[in-house]
Amino acid sequence: MTWSIYLGVVVQGVLTGLVYGLMALGLSVIFGVVRVVNFAHGEFAVVAMYAAFLLFRSLGLDPLIAFLPIAAAFFVVGFALQATLINAFVGRSEHEQFILLVGVAIVILNGLLMLFGPDAQPANLPYAFDSYAIGPLFIDKVRIYSAVAALAIAAVLFAFFRYTAIGTAIRACADNLTGAAVVGLNVKRLYAVTFGIGLACVGAAGALMVTIADAAPNLGPAYTLLAFIIVIVGGLGSMAGALVGGVLIGVSEALAGFIIQPSMKSMFSFALLIAVLVLRPQGLLGRRA
Amino acid sequence: MSASAAPLLAVERVSKRFRGLLAVDGVSFAVAPGDILAVIGPNGAGKTTLFNMIAGVLAPDEGSIAFAGERIAGLAPDAICRRGIGRTFQIVRPFPALSVADNVVVGALLRNPGVASARRHSLAVLERLDLIDKRAQPASTLTLPDRKRLEVARALATEPKLLLLDEVMAGLRPTETDRMVAILGRLNRESGLTIVLIEHVMRAVMALARRVLVLHHGAAIAEGPPAAIVREPAVIESYLGEEALA
Amino acid sequence: MIELWRGLQPRARALIVGFFVLLLAAPLVADRYVLSVLTLILYFAFVGQAWNLMMGYAGQLSLGHALYVGLGAYVAALLWVRFGVGPWLGVFAAIAVAMAFGAVVGWLGFRFGVEGVYFALLTIAAAEFTRIAFDNMSFTGGSGGLFMPYEPGRLGQWWNLRGGQLLFYYVALALAAGGVVLAARLSRSRLGYQWLAVREDETAARSLGIDAFRAKMTAVLVSSGMTAVGGVFYAFYYNNLFPGQVFDIQRSIELILGPIVGGLGTVFGPVVGAFVLTPLGEGLIALTARLGIDAPGAKAVFYGLTLIAIIYLRPNGIWPWLARILGLEERTP
Repeated sequence: MTWSIYLGVVVQGVLTGLVYGLMALGLSVIFGVVRVVNFAHGEFAVVAMYAAFLLFRSLGLDPLIAFLPIAAAFFVVGFALQATLINAFVGRSEHEQFILLVGVAIVILNGLLMLFGPDAQPANLPYAFDSYAIGPLFIDKVRIYSAVAALAIAAVLFAFFRYTAIGTAIRACADNLTGAAVVGLNVKRLYAVTFGIGLACVGAAGALMVTIADAAPNLGPAYTLLAFIIVIVGGLGSMAGALVGGVLIGVSEALAGFIIQPSMKSMFSFALLIAVLVLRPQGLLGRRA
Repeated sequence: MSASAAPLLAVERVSKRFRGLLAVDGVSFAVAPGDILAVIGPNGAGKTTLFNMIAGVLAPDEGSIAFAGERIAGLAPDAICRRGIGRTFQIVRPFPALSVADNVVVGALLRNPGVASARRHSLAVLERLDLIDKRAQPASTLTLPDRKRLEVARALATEPKLLLLDEVMAGLRPTETDRMVAILGRLNRESGLTIVLIEHVMRAVMALARRVLVLHHGAAIAEGPPAAIVREPAVIESYLGEEALA
Repeated sequence: MIELWRGLQPRARALIVGFFVLLLAAPLVADRYVLSVLTLILYFAFVGQAWNLMMGYAGQLSLGHALYVGLGAYVAALLWVRFGVGPWLGVFAAIAVAMAFGAVVGWLGFRFGVEGVYFALLTIAAAEFTRIAFDNMSFTGGSGGLFMPYEPGRLGQWWNLRGGQLLFYYVALALAAGGVVLAARLSRSRLGYQWLAVREDETAARSLGIDAFRAKMTAVLVSSGMTAVGGVFYAFYYNNLFPGQVFDIQRSIELILGPIVGGLGTVFGPVVGAFVLTPLGEGLIALTARLGIDAPGAKAVFYGLTLIAIIYLRPNGIWPWLARILGLEERTP
């Protein structure tokens, strides 16, 4: 029954897509609030992958637990990075921000290259090849666990932005920057917090991703583009949009890779990006600017 | 300015809605060549929306706009400018990285395809607007009054028959206001330039305008010479206030 | 053009002429390695200038310009390999194809109001889409690549761009010089003013009678066509084309570093940028080797740090700052 194979591919796509969505969520938060074009986003994800890989290899720490300290560490890094370097570039022209973050991306990517070499490093979790049998499908346990973790993190984040004072303040900055400053919000500090949260998402996503993909420095640019595609398709400023976009892209890449050819799987994503940019720039769930 | 001359600008029963909000409600007026019309009214009365419809930024939902006999409603802003209508913006929009002279050259290039002749024309315009001394400065370094004059100079460089001025006196001190009024008055007298201006600064309206149109909640509530308008009860009630008569 | 020359101070004129003469005479003193580096610099000065016209003057950020290099390269290479059509004819087809793609990208962007970062993402998507397409087209050699045959009998046929380092050096020099002249002419032309106006404030530009759509489309067409010429050079210089290399986003990034570091919207910015960055890269390779740092990627880390430093300290680029110090201000149009 071939439909079960297709269904299996789709389900894999959904689960992987949720982890991609978490990574894109970080970008949506950064891009949507601080309005900085983070072209080093994917490289940060790869750093997290290596961090999780190292923690597993040296301490035996399962990435599904390690993502917590990694996310916390990334929050601190993001906070510091924004407060020191990136803050000077907020409000500057796009090409300047772009060059800054491309510079950061180059440093990160090649730093990783120096430390770990170019070869892909699989984490080799003991249960990496176990799967649950659900009906006619066999679904990898790692994909389910990481997808659940991604959803959990997204839910926590959603609650944070909805119900806490800081979260509301951040949303105010995104909505009306001048107004936020006028009512006395410390915009600079809030930007740093936001960048920290954004990178924490990336850190968590990267750690989760090492359960399903091998860490390699050259994944950086591809993940950056992936994050942008998901954010645009899902809709900037919408957290649900990042997850929905992630799932959509995850499924479409899985299907495209399966039906057409693995090497062509990204083609559909890029075509979708072009279509969204031209026809519906607010994406699926975003607000019209 | 005879009554029988064909109007340069004829606005007929023009309306514009923004999702249920009626911003402009069936406004009609005509401007004869060489005339100076001031459009006044409280904020939100629809003045800039009206301007934007004449200038091509918005298209009216109803009604028609004719310029020199040609229907222009719905045309793009650059097409409108090519037909001879120049405009300034309520919040000035200079080209910051360009020099004062080059700002005006951009405008002059419309009717002067050669860069050299465009430059010559620009310098003449800058002379009229008292900006000739600052011609080499980057526009970003100008003070607000100078920016306002630059905005006018740039629009003038396109050699318009009709000039739309959107609150060009806002933020100017009385002496600067008088200076701008003098420049505009001279342009009107010497070259027959027709001017329609949105203004809150009554000092300028009284000094410059030959006729005044009053808008309130998107509709025209009064039209006539300035002296008569400021005494109209409806105008006093909706906009001017009793103190204006003092 | 003459007016531009007259507008320059005598010091500036002397510097330009002197520099050009130096470059002309370089092969007399430089060894093959240095010549190859210089050729690379001049190539980047040329394609960087092409990108500079679109971004520095018209203000449209393209992050997928490798698309046009690749298209120019592949069209010229295919015409040569399959039909024996030489580059002097092939370049016209290359320009035409690149312009067609540029027109599509421009139309999609400008007609539908895709601006700023979103337009940049559109250009990236176009380049990536084309890269993957070429990877999977056997007609162009697919991911295995397209190779220009090695024909020793043709060496010396300069009209077919079959020759040694010297030939390509002078072709690159001619291209770079031509790029500078073109930029100088355009920047002071009516079109140049329209571009600047659109870049600075499109709404204000339109209110002055400028057809912004047309101005932006012209910028894309000129830029893409000019970049394609660089692609033709690339094909005949390197003699092998792989979609994964030629269309890669890293190439797009590489291409724009020169103009940004040198000075956007200036005539000499792309040249200065290329002369700073390429030797910097090569120098860093030598430095890391000298310091005994063997790890691959060390040079690139320094390179990235330098980029960050430059964009932090001199965001307008090195050339405007340098010109001010030397008293050679390029008169901003």
